[in-house]
Amino acid sequence: MTVAALALEGITKRFGAVTALDDASLTVRAGTVHALLGENGAGKSTLMRVAFGMLAPDRGTVRVAGTAHTFATARGAIDTGLGMVHQHFSLVPALTVAENVALGGRGRFDRAAVAASVRDIGAETGLLLDPDARVATLPVSAQQRLEIVKALSRKARVLILDEPTAVLAPDEARELLAWVKRWAVGERAAVLITHHLADAFAVADDVTVLRRGRTVLARGVDGLTESALVQAMLGEALTVASGAPSAHDRTGAPVLALDRATVVDERGIERLAPTTCEITAGEIVGVAAVEGAGQAELLRLLAGRLRPSSGRATVPLSVGFVPADRHRDAVVLDMPLVENLALKDAAQARSWMPWPALRSETDALMSRFDVRANGPTTPMRALSGGNQQKFVLGRELAEGPVALVVENPTRGLDIRATEEVRSRLRAARDAGLAVVLYSEDLDEVLALADRVLVVHAGQVQAMPPDRTRVGRAMLGAS
Amino acid sequence: MRSVALVLALTAIAVALLALILGASGMDVGRALLALSRGAAGSWDAVLSGTLVRATPLLITGLAITLAFRAGVLNIGAEGQLLMGAAAAAAVGLAWPGLGLLAVPTLLVIGAIAGGAWAAIAAVLRLRFGVLEVISTLMLNFVAQYLLSWLVRGPLQEPQHIYPQSASLAESARLATLVPGTRLHAGFLLGVLLAGMLAIVFARTAAGFRVRLVGANPAAAISAGRIDAARVAFGAFVLSGALAGLAGAVEVSGVTFALYENLSPGYGFSAIAVALLARLHPAGVVGTATLFGALEAGAVAMQRDAGVPSVVVSVVEAVLILLVVAAEQWRTRRVAAQVGA
Repeated sequence: MTVAALALEGITKRFGAVTALDDASLTVRAGTVHALLGENGAGKSTLMRVAFGMLAPDRGTVRVAGTAHTFATARGAIDTGLGMVHQHFSLVPALTVAENVALGGRGRFDRAAVAASVRDIGAETGLLLDPDARVATLPVSAQQRLEIVKALSRKARVLILDEPTAVLAPDEARELLAWVKRWAVGERAAVLITHHLADAFAVADDVTVLRRGRTVLARGVDGLTESALVQAMLGEALTVASGAPSAHDRTGAPVLALDRATVVDERGIERLAPTTCEITAGEIVGVAAVEGAGQAELLRLLAGRLRPSSGRATVPLSVGFVPADRHRDAVVLDMPLVENLALKDAAQARSWMPWPALRSETDALMSRFDVRANGPTTPMRALSGGNQQKFVLGRELAEGPVALVVENPTRGLDIRATEEVRSRLRAARDAGLAVVLYSEDLDEVLALADRVLVVHAGQVQAMPPDRTRVGRAMLGAS
Repeated sequence: MRSVALVLALTAIAVALLALILGASGMDVGRALLALSRGAAGSWDAVLSGTLVRATPLLITGLAITLAFRAGVLNIGAEGQLLMGAAAAAAVGLAWPGLGLLAVPTLLVIGAIAGGAWAAIAAVLRLRFGVLEVISTLMLNFVAQYLLSWLVRGPLQEPQHIYPQSASLAESARLATLVPGTRLHAGFLLGVLLAGMLAIVFARTAAGFRVRLVGANPAAAISAGRIDAARVAFGAFVLSGALAGLAGAVEVSGVTFALYENLSPGYGFSAIAVALLARLHPAGVVGTATLFGALEAGAVAMQRDAGVPSVVVSVVEAVLILLVVAAEQWRTRRVAAQVGA
């Protein structure tokens, strides 16, 4: 048998009383793409941090191309030919591409040599980048290319990619996965950490599934079914709802309305062309778009969080809004849950805050929306992402709003939390709310939406939830 | 209770640090510390006329900083706001000596208004033109200082036109003495009351909650709370200036009874340390202001009786701040690491 490019054997890692990895293993064959799957908290990232020398395991061996290593730091892992692209990029926006590639290197900075190597890697692998471009001006997909080029410039033979498609538009994601497949040949190999089953089936040769820190499945992808994979991840049969939209008739009254509404940003660029639309009670309107097409502005108009630059937006005050960037826009991490609940009505609050009543409201919300935390005075920071999202959704639904606008509501959540959030949205629709949903995950939009608004370059067009039509319209194809 | 424990711990650390510095520079540690403790707490008079009188302006400006920082406004200009409050209070007190019972309240209100107005300059610059308040308030300190220098040589100079200072305020314009025979004036009590009020405002009122929200996460306050964050920050900024201005009026009406060029030995700057050490809790500010008051009152005695330069105390104050800021960072990171794991 040939030697594995990367082998993790019997890895155990404890954090205090918590066992994050329990005798986990992973064998990546040379010349393959390996998908590492698992729910949030299953131990995927911890395992890869062990492989990359960022964490020392309590037990177990890391072998790179057959040789056992004990890395004290990521530097050691890099020197043996491992490269890692984190989900959150570690780039310096104010520096150029070449300068970012040189960062972390040793010796003198020779701009011309680094630029040449960036061009060489581009020519060789197709990851084209302008060495002199400032990172702050690059789109997300190019920043990700740069992260990969950084790893390759240090002669990485095994690339570990953590949720690489999470930040990309569908076509960019497809392109990236195809590139990974082409690259991982010969001595080279790639590990794809993901919770997108589709990504795994699209490019992986082998699959390893972690559950609660243990390796529960390790096999080739041939003959593997989606339900077997889901069962391995969850440990029980759970049907992935590809929800049939309810056969409801749209006779509800219009709740949200835009009349030739536009959004012009502070640099005078029109982000949203004149848009007229109505969202009625009892429907889920999906919004489909690639990143930066103007959907963020459309959603904020509909949520009453942004005033149109021209035209009119008719939006009632009681609109729930679940923004994509939870930590920035929806919660205060350092405040307890009860204060995060009170945040919703803080602008209208007068004189004294009714904290005892708010605490019992928080308790009620936590049990109704299955938010797992120690109590209303737990800091928001102590909750997992899924529980934070359930809390925010619960808060926005708590006072019986007439409409709900949600943006990437399941990003970063595991399958179970995702399914819970989705069923809440359906329940809200069935209860007569006007629901607007944007998701980067087109399948999620199509699974939930009764009809779709596609945003492309600031232009909005309505259509039925038909995958081909929506997909083409998102990309601006007619 | 926690703030009492915090202040006791800080005091212990401060004394240990002081001993270390004195020992390292070859001074008589025992004698110096004895002189310091006598100056700060050796007698009722040392506590009341020394420590607490020094603590009063630190307490009120410390509250000013606490309010601003809690709202996310980096008001570095408490010093200037204090000076303007002092100048306005002195000007009014000297111009209308016959106000009788109304004199003290009038002076205090005028001082607060002047401090608030001085802060409003920076607040408007921030709101209209996006000028960073760290820069503008810092610069306005210099403007205030030189304005004061001109005032005590010009329109407000004492009648003989000899000294760069104003005439003395009438008896009616002076704050009442709290304990007969000492210099402790009602301003200290006012400061403690204000600390209690500010604590209640933060913990229990809607306005205080909005201030905390805007300071902790302005984006969420705007998006999820639909709060007019700019307005809330503006209000906190101006009120912060008003508190600092009040501190200036209290100093004039309670301690100096006249306007001097170097009325403040940098109370407005020490206030930043006082507020940060108290981790921006109003109740804690009472404790840390008293600690700083004691250190500074003691430093004077230490210089006089043991020949140790009083600047040593500034070193201790600075190291204390670094310790608290580092501890805060460490705590935040530990919490983040636990959640992230």
